[in-house]
Amino acid sequence: MTSSSTPTPQAQRLIDAAANRVATTALTGDFPDLTVDAAYDIQAEVVQARIDQGNVVVGAKLGLTSVAKQKQMNVSEPLYGWLTNDMQIDTGAPLVCNKFIQPRCEPEIAFILGEDLSGIHVSAVHVLAATQFVFAAVDVLDSRFAGYSFTLPDVAADNSSSAGFTLGGMVVGIDSLDLRTLGCTFEKNGKLVATASGAAVLGHPAASVAWLVRKLAARGEGLKAGHIVLSGALTEAVAVEPGDSITARFDQLGSIEVSCI
Amino acid sequence: MKITNEQATNMARQLLDARTSLTPIEPFTGSDPELGVADGYAIQQELVSLLIANGEKISGYKLGLTSLPMQNLLGVDQPDFGPIFASTIYGDGATVSVSDFIAPRVEAEIAVVLGADLSGPNCTAATTHQATAGLIAAIEIVDSRIIDWRIKIADTVADLASSGAIALSSTVIPIDECDPRLIGMVFTKNGDLVATGAGAAALGGPLNAVAWLANTLAPLGVTLPAGSVIMTGALHAMCPIERGDVFRAEFSHLGSLTLRISE
Repeated sequence: MTSSSTPTPQAQRLIDAAANRVATTALTGDFPDLTVDAAYDIQAEVVQARIDQGNVVVGAKLGLTSVAKQKQMNVSEPLYGWLTNDMQIDTGAPLVCNKFIQPRCEPEIAFILGEDLSGIHVSAVHVLAATQFVFAAVDVLDSRFAGYSFTLPDVAADNSSSAGFTLGGMVVGIDSLDLRTLGCTFEKNGKLVATASGAAVLGHPAASVAWLVRKLAARGEGLKAGHIVLSGALTEAVAVEPGDSITARFDQLGSIEVSCI
Repeated sequence: MKITNEQATNMARQLLDARTSLTPIEPFTGSDPELGVADGYAIQQELVSLLIANGEKISGYKLGLTSLPMQNLLGVDQPDFGPIFASTIYGDGATVSVSDFIAPRVEAEIAVVLGADLSGPNCTAATTHQATAGLIAAIEIVDSRIIDWRIKIADTVADLASSGAIALSSTVIPIDECDPRLIGMVFTKNGDLVATGAGAAALGGPLNAVAWLANTLAPLGVTLPAGSVIMTGALHAMCPIERGDVFRAEFSHLGSLTLRISE
């Protein structure tokens, strides 16, 4: 991560949008040549701004981990963002909608690492070997771009729409779990939105985390012991507003219910 | 109901011919858009009688239209059902020929095997659980005897709920402590991920699906006998098939099965 200095105008736009809870427009509208690599540099500035406010990085998240979403965005790989402590919603605590611009929720499997993990060689089995526990999770997205209208470099710069997350109350070791076939149902206000199994995320949630580690290696970065990693959405995201209730049920990992106020 | 017995018999014969010759027919609702669900079942009943007279034997039932998107597509608010014939049941690893069907598609499902008779009208997931011997990983081949799947609800109901064949894995897994709604499924075609899903995708869960069937059959005086196999509905959107394809459905708790498609 870059050291603290005056952010570029692109990063400032995203920092302001998040702080004021007012969406901006896609950066690529004004900077059509923005590359994904350059976008990750902007992301680093956006994350640094949160650190400068006294927060710390607690992990990372993946986006665009389903083939369907990648096709929709016309890309062939996922993307990532960093999670900071201020994004965590305590287990059972409500999702306060006015802290966000246009929040959306999606069910995910979260990993907590027991060891540092870095390098271009890392595969799903290395991830599983380094994993201390897995949790049921709900990722709260909040694009800083109006109407979630963006291209890949935009959303990479926007820290992959990272905004909030909550973990289930059950601590589960991975010893006897097959995360690939592990089932999940996702409900909004008691109505089934979608079902899935872990394979929806790049074939296996651990493969998704492995991709992240390899991607970070190219930037000389890695994951640390204790980091939380949200491995990617198992289903489509749903928009939420005050009064909504979201339930993600996972086989063997328990359930999460999020009340939106 | 709109049609007469004679009309129902006539339409059933058309479907029987289509099944035998593998030549699809125009939808009945094309010439008579007023045909509804009850008409569809009247035709289905005639067709089942004809097939049984030909030596077919009912081994169970399949449910169709068990997801909201499919119900919306056909403008209905409930599933449909049709019989499964013993001659259309395959095992794990079986090869089926694409040329035995008209416009086949596949979907992965959870099958329920009954260990006791089950009859409505007051079946719930709990009573179904009691009567259930176990669950089986399954793949269904659906097919339509109606040209290009141009079906409305009456057409598909008449056409045995668009059933084609089923493949069952060799193990019947007791429900025990797993929640059938959360049984996860991974469906691949030639090694590529096609879809994932979980048991709740079909009517909220396999036991709910069987309860619906038992309650729906009750007014017709039909009891589901012990040993019945019930295909409880697709866990994902159906997928076209071509010769050479290898489909594999992997489930948590239930294991997996493979279906090969030949010429």
